Amino acid sequence: MPLPTGDIVGLMVDNLNKRGSVFPLSARKSTRWAKGLGIPRGGETVLYTGAMYQLLPYIVSMVRLLERVEDTFLARYVFLGRFANRFINLSGLAARPSRADVEKYDRMLQNVAGLLQQAGVQFGYLYEDDLYAGALAYDMGVDATLQAHARRVQATLRKHGVRKVITLDPHTTNMLRSVYPTVLEGFDVEVSSYLEVLAEADAEPLRRVAEDVVIHDSCVYARCEGVIDQPRRLLERAGYLLLEPRESRNLTYCCGGPIEALFPKKSHDIGVARVEQLKGTGGKQATTMCPICLASLDKAAGGSLPMEDISVYLRRAYCPVSATLPDIPESQEMVAAGPLRGL
Amino acid sequence: MASKVDLEFAREVATSEEFNAWACMNCGVCTAVCPLGIALMPRKLFRHTVLGLKDEVLEQRDAIFQCLLCRLCQENCTADVHIAENVRFLRSYIDREVFGLDADPAERKDQYALAHR
Repeated sequence: MPLPTGDIVGLMVDNLNKRGSVFPLSARKSTRWAKGLGIPRGGETVLYTGAMYQLLPYIVSMVRLLERVEDTFLARYVFLGRFANRFINLSGLAARPSRADVEKYDRMLQNVAGLLQQAGVQFGYLYEDDLYAGALAYDMGVDATLQAHARRVQATLRKHGVRKVITLDPHTTNMLRSVYPTVLEGFDVEVSSYLEVLAEADAEPLRRVAEDVVIHDSCVYARCEGVIDQPRRLLERAGYLLLEPRESRNLTYCCGGPIEALFPKKSHDIGVARVEQLKGTGGKQATTMCPICLASLDKAAGGSLPMEDISVYLRRAYCPVSATLPDIPESQEMVAAGPLRGL
Repeated sequence: MASKVDLEFAREVATSEEFNAWACMNCGVCTAVCPLGIALMPRKLFRHTVLGLKDEVLEQRDAIFQCLLCRLCQENCTADVHIAENVRFLRSYIDREVFGLDADPAERKDQYALAHR
């Protein structure tokens, strides 16, 4: 039996309504990446993560679970999970990411903060008030739920006096820059991706990295937000030789990630097809600029094509070698119940 | 079985600001480039929608939720149909009418605010 779409979308809606995110994380988990970095709280310009990178290891773990349920008799009982999730944060309890995965995605956030600091960009961070932007609710078409959540985000940004946000992933960029102005009155926050900020700042690499890299464009960046040339400019300036699949730039091909929670097998098949296109360039390593793309393609490649977030490649070239990253606090169990701030 | 026009559904489609498949010329480019290769998507589905054939549309619920919203079809559409937005419109309809989700916030207690008082 296929996974029941209504129950899974319903579970996400319940979480967003009750816990402020489609997949609630405790504030401690979503902010631990920033520990020891000395990023000031708040300010007119903030680095806005929307918790996307922090969520990914937990989503990956949840998808693994759903893959085992899809097309089995267990799919019939997903509605029970949704019912129980109304009382305890079951979605959080079920996801058990590895420490390595959690650290990997937290490092990407640290990379971005380091790149911006190195380029002389001043920014703050909202810590527990850095709320999920609602991309999945928008994609699923639950517009009333999205609008209520977007109002919460707007109120939070106003409370902190934020005038400009620097985003890290395409989905949060798209929500804040292109969707919020259509669902909220008076949403006038300036939104830029960190890739746009770095490109505009003419960030100077500290060293050249003469390596070939296959580039995978995010659909949302390329087709909705016009973020196509900026990542290329940054990588090429650092010496990377970019290899482009035929399906590239505004004609890029999906990673399969958007349907991983509802149709895991189909999602995986699309990821495999995309990996073949990337391999067709002859490249031996690839880069993504979206955490969802990274998770989907890395899994689809199964080690046959090493893949890293673009921030990893940029950090190698634009940040001092001696720059050490603070240790990430030990991973803890999920918070079982009770109000979860921030997410 | 004869197809049946659902007037309520047809009215909602006709008055929607989001749904704009009227310009579709049925050229099939969208289907040709779709990573999922869903034969129905999106031209036939949209034809059913503009005709108000609600049952035929609801039968394609899986296809509607399988869409990646990657917009490769939209990028190649010769008639400038906002395909992703149309799919979102249909998801929104199914969320409300079939799944019973997404009540208007005015009709729903703000659970988040209650939990965070």
